[in-house]
Amino acid sequence: MDDFPWLTVIGATPLLGVAVILALPRGRDLLVKQVALLTSLVVLGLTIAMCARFEPAGARFQFTEAYDWIPAFGVQYAVGVDGIALVLIALVAVLVPVVLLASWHDADPVEATAAEAAAASERAVVARAAASTGGGSTRVATVEGPPAGGALRPGRSVKTFFSLLLVLETMMVGVFAATDVFLFYVFFEAMLIPMYFLIGSYGGPRRAYASVKFLLYSLFGGLLMLASVIGLYVAAGDQLASGTFNFLALTQLELSTTHQVWLFLGFFLAFAIKAPLFPFHTWLPDAGAEAPVGAAVLLVGVLDKVGTYGFLRYCLPLFPDASRELAPYVIALSVIGVLYGALLAMGQKDLKRFVSYTSIAHFGFIGLGVFAFTTQAQTGAVLYMVNHGLSTGALFLVIGFLVARGRTRDVDAYGGVAKVAPLLAGAFLVAGLSSLALPGLSTFISEFLVLVGSFQRYEVATVLATIGIVLAALYVLLAYQRTMQGPLNPVHARMPDLKGREVLAVAPLVALMVFLGFYPKPLTDVIEPAVRCTQADLGFSDPQPDEGEGVESDAPTPADCQTTGER
Amino acid sequence: MTPIALEGIEPFAPVAADGVLATPWLLLLLPAAGALLLLLTGRRSDGWGPYLATGLCGGAFVWALVLFAALRGEADRSVDVALWSWVPVGGFQVDLGLLLDPLSMVFVLLITGVGTLIHVYSLGYMAHDPRKRQFFAYLNLFVAAMLLLVLGDSYLALYVGWEGVGLASYLLISFYYDRHSAATAAKKAFIANRVGDVGLSLAIMVMFATLGATTFTEVFGAAEEGGLSTGAATAIGLLLLLGACGKSGQFPLHTWLPDAMEGPTPVSALIHAATMVTAGVYLIARSTPLYELAETAALVVSIIGVITLVIGCVIGCAYDDIKKVLAYSTVSQIGYMFLAVGIPGAAAVAILHLVTHGFFKACMFLSAGSVMHGMDDQVDMRRFGALRKEMPVTFACMTAGYLAIVGFPFLSGFYSKDLIIEVAFDQRGARGWIMGTTALVAAGVTAFYMTRLMLMTFFGRRRWTAGVHPHESPASMTGPMVLLAVGAVAGGFLLTRGDAFLEWLTPVLGTEGEVDHLIEPVVVSLLTVVMLVLGAGTAYLLYGRRAVPMSPPVAVSPFTTAARNNLYLDALNEAVLMRPGQYLTRALVFFDRRGIDGAVSGLAAGVGGGSSRLRRVQTGFVRSYALSVFGGATLVLAALVVARAGV
Repeated sequence: MDDFPWLTVIGATPLLGVAVILALPRGRDLLVKQVALLTSLVVLGLTIAMCARFEPAGARFQFTEAYDWIPAFGVQYAVGVDGIALVLIALVAVLVPVVLLASWHDADPVEATAAEAAAASERAVVARAAASTGGGSTRVATVEGPPAGGALRPGRSVKTFFSLLLVLETMMVGVFAATDVFLFYVFFEAMLIPMYFLIGSYGGPRRAYASVKFLLYSLFGGLLMLASVIGLYVAAGDQLASGTFNFLALTQLELSTTHQVWLFLGFFLAFAIKAPLFPFHTWLPDAGAEAPVGAAVLLVGVLDKVGTYGFLRYCLPLFPDASRELAPYVIALSVIGVLYGALLAMGQKDLKRFVSYTSIAHFGFIGLGVFAFTTQAQTGAVLYMVNHGLSTGALFLVIGFLVARGRTRDVDAYGGVAKVAPLLAGAFLVAGLSSLALPGLSTFISEFLVLVGSFQRYEVATVLATIGIVLAALYVLLAYQRTMQGPLNPVHARMPDLKGREVLAVAPLVALMVFLGFYPKPLTDVIEPAVRCTQADLGFSDPQPDEGEGVESDAPTPADCQTTGER
Repeated sequence: MTPIALEGIEPFAPVAADGVLATPWLLLLLPAAGALLLLLTGRRSDGWGPYLATGLCGGAFVWALVLFAALRGEADRSVDVALWSWVPVGGFQVDLGLLLDPLSMVFVLLITGVGTLIHVYSLGYMAHDPRKRQFFAYLNLFVAAMLLLVLGDSYLALYVGWEGVGLASYLLISFYYDRHSAATAAKKAFIANRVGDVGLSLAIMVMFATLGATTFTEVFGAAEEGGLSTGAATAIGLLLLLGACGKSGQFPLHTWLPDAMEGPTPVSALIHAATMVTAGVYLIARSTPLYELAETAALVVSIIGVITLVIGCVIGCAYDDIKKVLAYSTVSQIGYMFLAVGIPGAAAVAILHLVTHGFFKACMFLSAGSVMHGMDDQVDMRRFGALRKEMPVTFACMTAGYLAIVGFPFLSGFYSKDLIIEVAFDQRGARGWIMGTTALVAAGVTAFYMTRLMLMTFFGRRRWTAGVHPHESPASMTGPMVLLAVGAVAGGFLLTRGDAFLEWLTPVLGTEGEVDHLIEPVVVSLLTVVMLVLGAGTAYLLYGRRAVPMSPPVAVSPFTTAARNNLYLDALNEAVLMRPGQYLTRALVFFDRRGIDGAVSGLAAGVGGGSSRLRRVQTGFVRSYALSVFGGATLVLAALVVARAGV
């Protein structure tokens, strides 16, 4: 089985599912959903099998494959995973079935009630008014609004919806698996397209504005990255025998610091927009709020991780000098993000925007961890990416369930919901506690590792970021109190509690959060060697304790960070 | 400053456990399984769930007794049980492990013992509540988390338990979540605790940065071998203190504790009197090897304790809500414990008071719950009166608790609180006089407000609301009350017989050794009795001889008004933190929308406008295109010429 092309198979399986779905006759919506779910479960199974075969102490990149793609430019279809990519692919494989389950009815054509249509048009008016004060967005915003007298919500096809989600899964696997920088770029950009359609066709009232903003913002960053990718290729052409996009070959380049800084910035801005880091974040609350709940989970849970993953996997090893030079600035932005995101989360009236802003705070923690350059902080940051996917995924799902029932995202329209929907309230609370990194849940381990690791190099920044844990408690408990506690709003007196399918979607996430809170070792064992390679690329080693002797890690150290697995 | 030398303390070096002693995890497993089972089975366990939860807590207590017997038989009374590798990243290696030593044993017995009694009490108290299954699940969750807190063998494991009890406390304070006040109080408690957690987190970070370690064995080992500088020890000590203040309701983070009385009364007894709020005392006592190196930090602990004990007893005099009076009394008593735990060599005395306080305060809270149970959940003492005949058992139990807390001779408070006042005086110089005198006077004030509580509740004339028929509570409630009352009466005497309790703790906490007393212990005891008589007498003159009005007097001194308003500490908090925070949030929301997003939109609008202007260039006239082609070609040629010339 050593030669089995794991990554290609895992990446291609969802496309196979799409082919089957497209071949199905019209009107078989249930079958479409079942095929999609089955496909994602097959991917999950394959991924688990692959993870079991991964050797933490083995080569840096494993399950590698490489085929010439555009020989003229040395572009290869080259894939392979280190521990960092592995856990993120695993996250994708876990989240997609959950999202499919949770989105089961999201694309069903619904006959809009008269009241709903009225509410929708009212919302559109408000949106238009808001947009017209917002300068240039006027034109985009007025495109939307309900079709005149529309009894059905506009053109929604179940087939397309589930196909898009599966295509997105392929893209997400590809972007983490690529070891060719050009291939990475292609996936990085291609990933936008299914998401654009998911938001634009299946989103909330302001979906057109949100999806265009998302696309343009991301494309802009991607363009800067493309410039840097080409710059790297040219530099490789000068220094190596031929131009190449091979990641490991590119880490061997010797570039001047100035040169590095410019190339770094191209990558960094693309990733900072994607992540998003303060102050490049304003697309996220709009996209997160308007996206259908499943797409929102993948958007914040996985797509945004490509940004933080890019920091760690591309910016640091490719441009070590520039990274060291610019790290203090990135750390400053990250800490601002932690506090700023938290304060803004507190001020949100819209539940989905609220979750988006909490994520901005969390991405601040991840940015801090990545650029603190210690094993603990970076391992914590990678772990944070996984845990954040689980916890924010759960939070978005629960909010989605709540909004689907209450039909408004306005936090003040709720209150006392725990009385009628205790399971929903319980799930909200657990997801929220995970978001505030309660010890005993997985997010605590990652947040604490980031803080403990960063404190060794950046004391003041870390102390400031630690204030974020108080703010996190505030925003989570405020939102919980406003929606779930207090006297029951009589409008919601008959709100149904979570149903079997919904419980099935949230339960695995909760179980994973608790399990990884007490036993994160399976993840840290594969992440740490990869992080050490990144450190080696950077030429950094962990600071020694000031006074004590310190403890040696007994985790496996990779034999050689320049090797790749056979094949 | 020279490091403090404690006598009798043994190096912190727990040995690997075997046999029965290797099973403290069972203590955690029983209540944790109960909580999980009750929450997951849903309504199916409504019937048997509460009994199962009580049984599991009782089982944990029995097992704690077994472990206690086993530990007494050991020569090495400090054993460590490694469970599994928990967070292994680089130099940060933390195994999840449990530490059983004399200090944690005391806490385990207190938690499971009082915990079981309160489970039993709750069977009666919550009998008619439709959500009692959840209540018992949360109680079990609390017991499990609290046991992890005291059994964890690293600061990180302690932290998990620390937040676990915070969560349980949050869930239980907001048990009646449809009341805004309950939800807000729960949130406030959690936030105040989180502020403290920042301190605890930072303390662990400093430990790792300076020592590369966070387990007790490594940290204390480094401290004992001189591997830790005074500066680092002081920083860690002060940060731990911040954490302790949050959890234990100490100044300036104490305001959440009285609000926490929104929770059901058994919760107030267990969590907000007997166990959880004493976790801060545990944390500081546990860190004795660190505070040995950091005399300044230890002094600050005592100062915080003194400030809090004064605040607590002053405000306790002003409230009419029986539970709030008890809550402020808790704040004040924990202040006593902080005072003692900060004095080198007196940590064991603090733990002694912690245990006796656990008995008598839980007893008083349960008795107060019994009163409320009979009075239709009334908490206003101005609506009580003359209840001693209606509720004789409750009255007897409350009296036992009362006599214990005011330090009536030979009851438990007499032994533990007198010791604290004694060690406070025994400090040299002005420090001893100030702290000792304050603690002594506060004992008088304690007698005052507690006597007031007794008189207003059980004596005088009936001031009941119409339609209330006070009655004695069922046996499931009075049983635990009586047992706790026995503890309150005899606990101090039994524990201090032959100094057994203090000697049990000496290997962990040390003593200050032989000191020549500033004031002889007998004199201190006499003085406290004098203060007791003064305080109680004043209360009798004001509330026993005169009729208590049904509504609080309006024309009162500014001093009383201040006390009724929590000495304006809540108002200060609101003015300094909450309001500016709200304004800041609103301003930032505006800034985000108009500033940052505005800039983005402006950029987009600029590009859009620019392109529509550029579009006008596309006129469709061949002549203008020809002109631009010509212009472009000229530019390119010019550039080439310049570039060549440059080479």
